[in-house]
Amino acid sequence: MSHKVVIPIGPYHPLQEEPEFFRLYTEGEKVVDIDIVIGYMHRGIEKLSESKHYDQTPYLVERICGICSNAHPFAYVNAMEDLAKIEVPERALYIRTIIAELERLHSHLLWLGLAGHFIGYNTVWMWSWKYREPVLDILEAITGNRQNYGMMKVGGVRRDIKEEDIPGVRKMNDDLIPVLNMFKGAVMDDPVIQARTKGVGILSKEEAVNYSVVGPTARASGLAMDVRRDDPYGVYDRVEWDVVVRKEGDIFAKLVVRVLEMYESIKIINQCLEKMPKGPIDLDLKDIPAGEGIGRVEAPRGECFHYVRSDGTNSPIRHKIRAPSYMNVPSNKVAAVGQTISDAAITLAAVDPCYCCTERTIVIDRQTERKLFNGWDLVELSRKKTEEIKGQKSG
Amino acid sequence: MSEPQNTIKEKFAKQILNFVEHNPRRFYIELAPQDIPAAAKFIFRDLSCRLATASGLDTPGGIEILYHFSHDLSGKIFTLKTLIRDKEDPHIESITPFIKAAEWIEREMWEMLGVHFDHHPNLKRLLLAEDLPEDFHPLRHDQDKERNEP
Repeated sequence: MSHKVVIPIGPYHPLQEEPEFFRLYTEGEKVVDIDIVIGYMHRGIEKLSESKHYDQTPYLVERICGICSNAHPFAYVNAMEDLAKIEVPERALYIRTIIAELERLHSHLLWLGLAGHFIGYNTVWMWSWKYREPVLDILEAITGNRQNYGMMKVGGVRRDIKEEDIPGVRKMNDDLIPVLNMFKGAVMDDPVIQARTKGVGILSKEEAVNYSVVGPTARASGLAMDVRRDDPYGVYDRVEWDVVVRKEGDIFAKLVVRVLEMYESIKIINQCLEKMPKGPIDLDLKDIPAGEGIGRVEAPRGECFHYVRSDGTNSPIRHKIRAPSYMNVPSNKVAAVGQTISDAAITLAAVDPCYCCTERTIVIDRQTERKLFNGWDLVELSRKKTEEIKGQKSG
Repeated sequence: MSEPQNTIKEKFAKQILNFVEHNPRRFYIELAPQDIPAAAKFIFRDLSCRLATASGLDTPGGIEILYHFSHDLSGKIFTLKTLIRDKEDPHIESITPFIKAAEWIEREMWEMLGVHFDHHPNLKRLLLAEDLPEDFHPLRHDQDKERNEP
């Protein structure tokens, strides 16, 4: 007779930066069933949005996720522009696309590092995060922030990309290519990584359809879907790039898709920098009519979906938000079952569930117990650092 | 091959209450609640659409539910719209038995709006805490009444 043992992972667990609860039912070494419980992070943002006016909402939805912080406001402005039937200035569309692809680069590098960490390969983790830093520096030089860029606005963008920042972006792109070549060679050809990820956590094409998964999780299971190509927004229909698809559905395929997608992102950014026209970046919109709109964006983790209904007043009567992990996480119910317990960690992480990284610091003099920095001092410090980075990148 | 929106129009000609082409890639198709499962099944299985998500709204006339299906081959979104007039005890047939991807969103609409999805295999709370009262549905506009009135 079989004897099931329950192994709880979460809701608070060193493996996870965010609370979510996986209950693994195991027989011997094998996972035979899994329960997924969420809701520990629910902040009621959809409800909050009903009380914000249309210009405040991009800031609100930017704070849904610390990693895809650009994807949510981007999907939201797409929804609003669909609702109001607005044509956005060309230059703004190019800027939006560049920021979105820079975000994909740093997000995929983050995942690659975490994946290395989860299989106990900390060298990959350290490498990957080391090479993620220049991408974040470029984002800080352009927008003033490593995360939460505050760029999106209904009808345009809030900040222009200055001429003097462009050489820095190009250099970062050029420097990243040898790094990606290294990852392609050293990580994808590594027999240890192959042994840990090939044939592990398979999500078949059929199940990928059943669970309606999105993004790299879908593309690694043979579903050639990518919102950037299927329902183009920004300027994705005006630049040359490829959708990366793999058939195997295992973790290795998800890894390959994400690594190869970074090459495509670099291609997109370089073409955008070349083609970006001069001109206005904002329509300076005044009123939002009554109606409904749907906006979607291919976030690093997959399709991010926003639906807004307006009654012609200053704030929406309904704002529905669906993040990509909402579709991807339930697919663990098939991907993790039948695997060994030791593979569960990487399998659960392979869909790249969204981790928020918000950090707060106080610096205290231990002898006097006095706070050395308050909030404003930190703002001052980070402004200084931004100026420094800007100096280095353009100089 | 005929356009997917025309296929839907022909197949459900008798059931469709209103058909809106917001733009060439956004379609809103209004149906009665009892016609939703058949239409959802057809769009998901025969037209190979993906369930993007569903949105529930509390409106003065009843609870509105919108099922957003994405046709990735053409980049179109077909939104099935329905209105459940009974706000006291709203019921609709679940689509989860044939579209697994709907499990979480139907659970969410159940707790947020109090819509009961009949024959849902696992109708329990998803996001809200277990100790909140059973009849508390945060996205119902009447929930604010007590807090907003002086």
